Amino acid sequence: MDEQLQPAVAALAERFSARAEEFRGEVSITLSPETIVAACRTLRDEFGFDMLALETAVDYWPQTEPRFHVVYRLYSFSRNHFIGLRVPVSENPPRLPTVETVFPNANWHEREIWDMFGISFDDHSDLRRILMPHDWEGHPLRKDYPLGYEEVQFTFNSDEVSQHKPHPKE
Amino acid sequence: MVEHQEILLDGMRHLVSDRAVDGETMLLNMGPQHPSTHGVLRLLLELDGEIVVNCVPDIGFLHTGIEKNMEAKNYTKAEVMSDRIDYMNPVGNNLVFCMALEKLIGLEVPPRAQAVRVILAELQRLASHLLWIGTSALDLAAMSVFLYAMREREMIMDIFELVSGARMMTTYIRPGGLWRDVPDEFVPAVRHFAEILPVRIDEYESLLTHNPLFLDRTRGIGVISTQQCIQWGITGPVLRATGLPFDLRKAQPYSGYDRYDFDIPTGPNGDINSRYTVRVGEMRQSARIIKQAVETLPGGPVRCDDRKFIPPPRSELGTSMEALIHHFKLWTEGFHAGPGATNAVIESPHGMEAVYLEGDGSTKPLRVHYRTPSFANLQIMPLLSKGHFVADLVGIIGSIDIVLGDCDR
Repeated sequence: MDEQLQPAVAALAERFSARAEEFRGEVSITLSPETIVAACRTLRDEFGFDMLALETAVDYWPQTEPRFHVVYRLYSFSRNHFIGLRVPVSENPPRLPTVETVFPNANWHEREIWDMFGISFDDHSDLRRILMPHDWEGHPLRKDYPLGYEEVQFTFNSDEVSQHKPHPKE
Repeated sequence: MVEHQEILLDGMRHLVSDRAVDGETMLLNMGPQHPSTHGVLRLLLELDGEIVVNCVPDIGFLHTGIEKNMEAKNYTKAEVMSDRIDYMNPVGNNLVFCMALEKLIGLEVPPRAQAVRVILAELQRLASHLLWIGTSALDLAAMSVFLYAMREREMIMDIFELVSGARMMTTYIRPGGLWRDVPDEFVPAVRHFAEILPVRIDEYESLLTHNPLFLDRTRGIGVISTQQCIQWGITGPVLRATGLPFDLRKAQPYSGYDRYDFDIPTGPNGDINSRYTVRVGEMRQSARIIKQAVETLPGGPVRCDDRKFIPPPRSELGTSMEALIHHFKLWTEGFHAGPGATNAVIESPHGMEAVYLEGDGSTKPLRVHYRTPSFANLQIMPLLSKGHFVADLVGIIGSIDIVLGDCDR
């Protein structure tokens, strides 16, 4: 592990009992949902990770505990370093605190995660859908959400397919 | 007598002030079909006369579910989707995806491929900036720059067509290198372009840089500070225009950018004019990089030779059993990657473009996420536009240089 990251990793391990992993030279720290805001604040104020570069989620369905991981990646301008954070989130209901108070740009990233994965963020200032239409049902990037295609009607299944096709109202 | 209807704001009520509900300020819908929103961007504007009180961006009109589609395809096919994300920067999208994938499966890219990647990425940056200088000047009513900029952009498109057969969606950069070697005409064409471009940039500058109308429309408009940029995750020319020389090509060099000599142009004020200065400076620097890269273009292979990931040359298929098997497996099933997650990050023409790629050991990615600069940069629209005229809003949108495909994915 890069020695410049050592103090930050050690501090997080000590204060938030976080677990650090390294894969292909990238450090990623696993945290619990309760500690993410405090951990982000620590990294920003004490270790100079001043920009939230990326925030997204991964769905591990059909695994349920935890079903999701929310992934953060912070960048430090002064040290020229990235650090990754991962927060496992269970399925029912998937929720964790927002980091908007630490990094204001988390606003849109978290809206996107809510829109795409249905993970809700406590105390978020404006948790609306961002990419899908506001009346959309379901969360498209979940693994149990079908990709969607048009079923081909043949003579043997014509009626069956017709039944679950959307019909415009008369 | 006209009856006034109540405006239904639904979920947007909390985003506008009480004055709007009383009818004291006006709500105006700008876009999604508006030529100067540079795509399908909708802005909900709250106006006090001609002054913007609040501006709420509404995005997603160009959402095409590319990340979802990539999860359903094997890695080779998923890369083809990536071109369509930021359609002003297809080469960069391919590059950042391939970098993440190469990191995940451990492929080495030969030096010749690295150099060609740099040349193409810089040409793409020029193409994007040329379109930007044209359209954003057009937004500010300077018509002729657009025509000249498109003329040069066409030369870049011709070079892309020369190497890959496609003008825009090239998918020329592949995991482990390039699709195939560049043709003989490539080097003279690029050299010719790099020669004439600085002269052409002088022409654009003679039309804009000291033009009093352009200066009036750009100076002191849409100002943002370095501190705000960092707080809001703003990168690229918008950040550099505030005076911070942050460029990932220098900060975390990839594809051998550290071998070339170039400067990072910065601007003094963080307004539209500074962003213009930065981008024009970047175009000159790109031409400089291209010149160096094309003069020092190394020989050798353009794709790594790991047959588990890279299809064998066509000529071997008739004579080698192993080549035939590898070819068949790669084009039917694809290659396996992971388990594990990697990140790659590049400096796209619009800012920091990052890919989060997670593989689960199968032939399809478990998750591909593009952290796109347009999505991040658009978020400061309310901050930039408050207190300005509606007419200046057009200039501000142009100066952030958003691409809605990049924003909505």
